[in-house]
Amino acid sequence: MMRLPKALRNPSLVVGAAITLLVVGCALLAPFVATHGIEQMDMRNRFAGPSLEHLLGTDNFGRDLWSRMVFGARISLMIALTSVGGAVLIGATVGLVSGYFGGWVDLLLGRITDIFLGFPAIILALAIVAVLGPGIVNVSLALIVVFWTEYARVVRGATLVLREQNYVQAARALGASPLRIIFREILPNALGPIIVLASLGLGTAIIAESALSFLGFGLPPPAPTWGWTLSYGTRFMRDEPWLAIVSGAAIMITVLGFNLLGDGLRDVLDPRQLSRGGGARAKGA
Amino acid sequence: MIAYIIRRLLLFIPMAMGMVIVTFGLLLIIPGDPASVLLGQEASPEAIERLRDALGLNDPWYQRLWDYFVQLLSGDMGQSIFQNQPVATIILGRLGATIELSVAALLIATVVGVAMGVISAIRQGSIVDTITMFFAQLGVSMPVYWLSLLLMLAFAVQLGWLPSIGRGAPLPEALWAAITGRPGVLWDSLSHILLPALALSATPAAIISRLTRTSMLEMLREDFVRTAYAKGLRRPRVIVRHVLRNALLPVLSVIGLRFGMLLGGAVLTESIFAWPGLGQLTIAAISQRDLPLIQGIVLTFALIFALVNLVVDLLYAVVDPRVRLG
Repeated sequence: MMRLPKALRNPSLVVGAAITLLVVGCALLAPFVATHGIEQMDMRNRFAGPSLEHLLGTDNFGRDLWSRMVFGARISLMIALTSVGGAVLIGATVGLVSGYFGGWVDLLLGRITDIFLGFPAIILALAIVAVLGPGIVNVSLALIVVFWTEYARVVRGATLVLREQNYVQAARALGASPLRIIFREILPNALGPIIVLASLGLGTAIIAESALSFLGFGLPPPAPTWGWTLSYGTRFMRDEPWLAIVSGAAIMITVLGFNLLGDGLRDVLDPRQLSRGGGARAKGA
Repeated sequence: MIAYIIRRLLLFIPMAMGMVIVTFGLLLIIPGDPASVLLGQEASPEAIERLRDALGLNDPWYQRLWDYFVQLLSGDMGQSIFQNQPVATIILGRLGATIELSVAALLIATVVGVAMGVISAIRQGSIVDTITMFFAQLGVSMPVYWLSLLLMLAFAVQLGWLPSIGRGAPLPEALWAAITGRPGVLWDSLSHILLPALALSATPAAIISRLTRTSMLEMLREDFVRTAYAKGLRRPRVIVRHVLRNALLPVLSVIGLRFGMLLGGAVLTESIFAWPGLGQLTIAAISQRDLPLIQGIVLTFALIFALVNLVVDLLYAVVDPRVRLG
């Protein structure tokens, strides 16, 4: 009970959580929140400004932008969750094993992590999608390949600290197996930094996914991705900049939400700042 | 110091080899037969067979990996499938523009970021601090392609102050032109680079400012700072000579790490501002699925990134003796 009021006094956390809840809520309830069908065209109403009928106006086919943004949120969030989830799973495992066992295991895994960390994220992701082809699974896979390193590095750092704690030493003295120590003693205490990083990572993933869609290598149309809407919005930018502005704003607000949430969570969950080693934003586009 | 340099250089070799393996691996993960996938459905069987041969697909993978290594060591990155030119030649022709843009963006990001960080740290908790950090948060959250578009919309389309796309003469050349009495050339180059460099600098500037602030705040609490004040030194001198100098050390290493992000952002910025660099080439290569070219580009970016980090590490060792001795 002591913790709640303190968390609520953290403005980053509160604002970030509010934005995140709003975006996630809209995505989950998309069929109810949307006011029009996403492919419903109204050619007499192209490039309309915001109105009661069209909350965010319409695009070049007179399709309702608000509805398209809401359904676009689903795609962005789904890819972000899948890729961050996968990256956490791989990265945390590598980090835990590497940090706990040390020695040549650590050296080998560390070098592999460094190598992947050495590629500019968006470029490696682009190359992977180019090779595998577009689509929701391939985009998620590409993002997992570029994002897991952050988690590996930070979890390894946290594990190195936690490994020396008395309760871990005690468990070892009691004859607990390495697996048990890693998952029962170390992992629960490394969860704070992982959650913080994952929250920041969701923002990065959304930027990266939108970048791929923006360049035309994400989900193919007619999927209403934010990045693709922004991309075709640029074609009309000279006369009708609204389309590009709205879709970009959707991306930024969502990312801002995750970043604020991550910063706030860091203050609350990770006072020892175990997650400072990397920062999920290290590799964003 | 020399021992440290050698140790660091030796570490670079397995790293570069690993990067080559990953780049090579791109060819292995293509679903199906790479040659027919790359050439598309209309390709004739002969063309496919020729490409299979050119890519060495008829050899086992370890043979190909070895060949790839040997080939790279002689500076050959293979032949582009669609441009009928060596990959290395194509990349070299584009490299200058990307480096110019990235360096310009990095300079802006460092100056603006450090300034913002210092101001908000010495005014911690004030309205200036809040506003600066709010902008830093925006900078981190803003997709670089969107910022590029907004800048273009405002300063090129609406106000018409700056050109919206393209590049002037390369900056070194333009500088020389200005020295020899043709300042118009330099102005043209600068006016072209300003918007893309600004867009590209936003996120790194935001990250640098946050880091500088944190680092400054830590240093401000140190004993040697109190000692400096106790000696009667004035505040500006203490801030610059004692606090900032120490606070910038961690920032330096982060600037190196962020350079990869900058290169990635360059792909997007270049494609928006039609900046004729590697980024634009990347998009073209990927649209055509020109795999040797894609591999060459990915490897080039990775090697640049690794080299920058090598330089940063060495610089760090020069500035901070604890690194090379520790």
